[in-house]
Amino acid sequence: MTSSISTRGARIPGGWSRLLREQPVVPISALLIVIVVIYALVRPGVVNADWAGVILRAAVPLAILAGCQTLTMLTGGIDLSVCAVASMAGFMVASLLHGPGFEIGIAVALTAAALAGLLTGIGVGIFRVHPLIMSLGVSFVVLGLANAWQILTVQSSTGVPPVLRTIGSERLGELLPYSLVVFIPLTALILIGLRRTGFGRMLFAIGDNPTAARLSGARSWQVLITLYVLSALMAALAGLLLSGLTNVASVTLADSLVLPSVAAAVIGGTSIFGGRGGFGGTIVGALILTVISALLTALGFPEAVRQILFGSIIVVVAAAYTRVTSVS
Amino acid sequence: MTLRTQLLLEATDVAKTYGAVVALRSASLAVRPGEVHALMGANGAGKSTLVKILTGAVRPDSGRIVVGGRERMAHSPAEARRGGVVSVYQEPALIPDLDVRSNLRLTKTPEESFRHWLAELGIENLDFSELARVLPLATLRIIDLARALAIEPDVLMLDEMTAALPANLTERVLAVVDGHRGADRSVIFISHRMIEIAAVCDRATVLREGTTVGVVDMTDGAEERIVELMIGDVAEAVPPRTARRDAGAARPPEATPRLTARSLSAKHKLRDVSFELHRGEVLGVVALEGQGQDELFEILSGSERPDGGEMLLDGAPVTFHHPADAIRAGVVYVAADRADALLMQRSITENIALPLTSRIRQWGWINLVAERTRVDAAVEALQIDARAGGEVRQLSGGNQQKVTIARWVAGGVQTMLCFDPTRGIDIRTKSQIYLLLRDLADAGAAVLFYTSELKEIQLVCDRTIVIFGGRVVAEIDAADSDEPTLLRAAYDLPSDAPADTVTDVAVAGPTTRERST
Repeated sequence: MTSSISTRGARIPGGWSRLLREQPVVPISALLIVIVVIYALVRPGVVNADWAGVILRAAVPLAILAGCQTLTMLTGGIDLSVCAVASMAGFMVASLLHGPGFEIGIAVALTAAALAGLLTGIGVGIFRVHPLIMSLGVSFVVLGLANAWQILTVQSSTGVPPVLRTIGSERLGELLPYSLVVFIPLTALILIGLRRTGFGRMLFAIGDNPTAARLSGARSWQVLITLYVLSALMAALAGLLLSGLTNVASVTLADSLVLPSVAAAVIGGTSIFGGRGGFGGTIVGALILTVISALLTALGFPEAVRQILFGSIIVVVAAAYTRVTSVS
Repeated sequence: MTLRTQLLLEATDVAKTYGAVVALRSASLAVRPGEVHALMGANGAGKSTLVKILTGAVRPDSGRIVVGGRERMAHSPAEARRGGVVSVYQEPALIPDLDVRSNLRLTKTPEESFRHWLAELGIENLDFSELARVLPLATLRIIDLARALAIEPDVLMLDEMTAALPANLTERVLAVVDGHRGADRSVIFISHRMIEIAAVCDRATVLREGTTVGVVDMTDGAEERIVELMIGDVAEAVPPRTARRDAGAARPPEATPRLTARSLSAKHKLRDVSFELHRGEVLGVVALEGQGQDELFEILSGSERPDGGEMLLDGAPVTFHHPADAIRAGVVYVAADRADALLMQRSITENIALPLTSRIRQWGWINLVAERTRVDAAVEALQIDARAGGEVRQLSGGNQQKVTIARWVAGGVQTMLCFDPTRGIDIRTKSQIYLLLRDLADAGAAVLFYTSELKEIQLVCDRTIVIFGGRVVAEIDAADSDEPTLLRAAYDLPSDAPADTVTDVAVAGPTTRERST
């Protein structure tokens, strides 16, 4: 073959689509503002600092669960076990409150979560089970074990510990939710971790091209096991906040959040195929979903409308991302 | 007599481009009824593309194809098949999860006739209820061939049919091919084994750079003529000799080689490869497609483990279980396919710095300043043009290839394995890569360099080993590594032998060497 071959790089569009591709946080934030403005127009006088505090408080557990999806999706995976793990953690702490106590409860809950994550990680990283299947399987196992635990410990009340109620639902000066005390450091850790640590780089690398990562000396099982353990620990944290927020400790508490958590990550610009995305967009995605939910509730729309709207948003946003990120 | 003059298959001025890459410029092929016709050409000459066009798998941009006197353009392999053109490809075409009988039914193969050809090809007692996936490769190839023969095609195309076969089966296949000719049936035969070509073919069409450059009658001395045609005008390809050759020659002889391969073997492809790679030299590897070079590089880079033989690093035996082991030992690998090596959606920096964070102990905080310095130095050394944008996929092919090399240069190279690093990139980048490889060697690195472009050997290498059929068949010094010598060696023809000696060996059919494999 002659040498006159010039392989041109991929054509990359400019303008808005370039922005959506390279800095999805900006257009997504614009979308959030538009939705908030609509809210303000439809329900005049409601949108104020107090309202913002309530929205924020409601969005925190969802944002953390969506963070689990973001990290796993960066490697081309997904973690459907997060909600079972979150519910299990909340329930465990509540059930251990009378007796062993709060601290022991937290330790047991986090250990159980880490074990669940380890199981998922081993399945995905070593036995090469697809993350979707593996995490779905683990979520059933976790739910089953939580149910068994519930039957074994048929004890009195499963009250949510006061500390969790304070952190999960109360607000500083009736404004800033205390859950931010947990959420802000966690966010900083994830954002910086993705950008400035070797582990963060490996998540992107494995998601972008597992062969290249392998040829460069990465052992993906190490990355994946660590990742799924971290994801389960974050899920447990979200579960604790959620039980504090709702003042409920049940083994199915977070079940309804599994699909919204994926949706928030997708809306935030994280590719389900891996290698592209970040936590910043995911937070905005979680806020968008929370505000829309609140709006529909305020307008008295039935649950079905919310589901249809969520579904439509995911499809439209995913199509838009695919359009701007695919190589022409 | 009219049948004799009419061609069975005629392709005229067939052209095909893939994007900017010209696969076929102007290929022509005329197959007479009753002949076995060889299709020859060096790597990348366009053989495969022409075969795909003839069998309807690929549509040509222009050109005329006439089969049995009627112009015809097949749109699918099934259509070509109905038109009497059947091909047996290099890879087995059976569905692994179906048994043999179901596979036959899929292609509506007459079982009676299939059994006949199977016996003819030397396979007895084949259990038709066996799943295709459990059968050995050689048997699958024979089934493919018998299946093609059973439907009695006018033109049978065999693409590297004998590559995966043991010697006894090869003989049976050649005998069947030999007997299949005659009447108005023809065979188009593609093989890297010149001896087989000489033994069964009547004529050969030679392709070079997408163009038919000649048709040779397979008489005495035809092999030499074919090699000449494949190489083309040798005078234009004389490389500029520079002073660096002297520098290479002045290298003091070293007691312990950096890398030693002893009788490496793997699967059926790699049979027995031994060589020594010293510090300060670029050792070339030349091989026709599929002679085991892919497997060799996979083993050396830690991606696969050998079935036999051993590797020594600085005289001590090593076993690589993972590319990470090789990298830690200072053996780095530049893959042929950039899609295997790059994070296309990530930045140049992340791509170059990738090996720096791959081990668990490197998962912590990244020192961005140190990383920047290192990446900048590598970008500088390779003159990577980073203006195109943030993501590596936006770079040109040449710059992408530089990034894959820069990744390792950034860390200081001890041993570099390069598998066809200049494939599909522009001439300027190519010469930069030649210089870089020389510089690395001069700085004391050991470089193993496989290339599909023979011209490059003389520009870059100090020595060259030639692999054929999974074995090292020749070692050629820099001074003698001109293209004709290399190509002759790649086809396992005796080098610099008088033409009549060559023919003696060739017409003898499968020689003792072939039999002993």
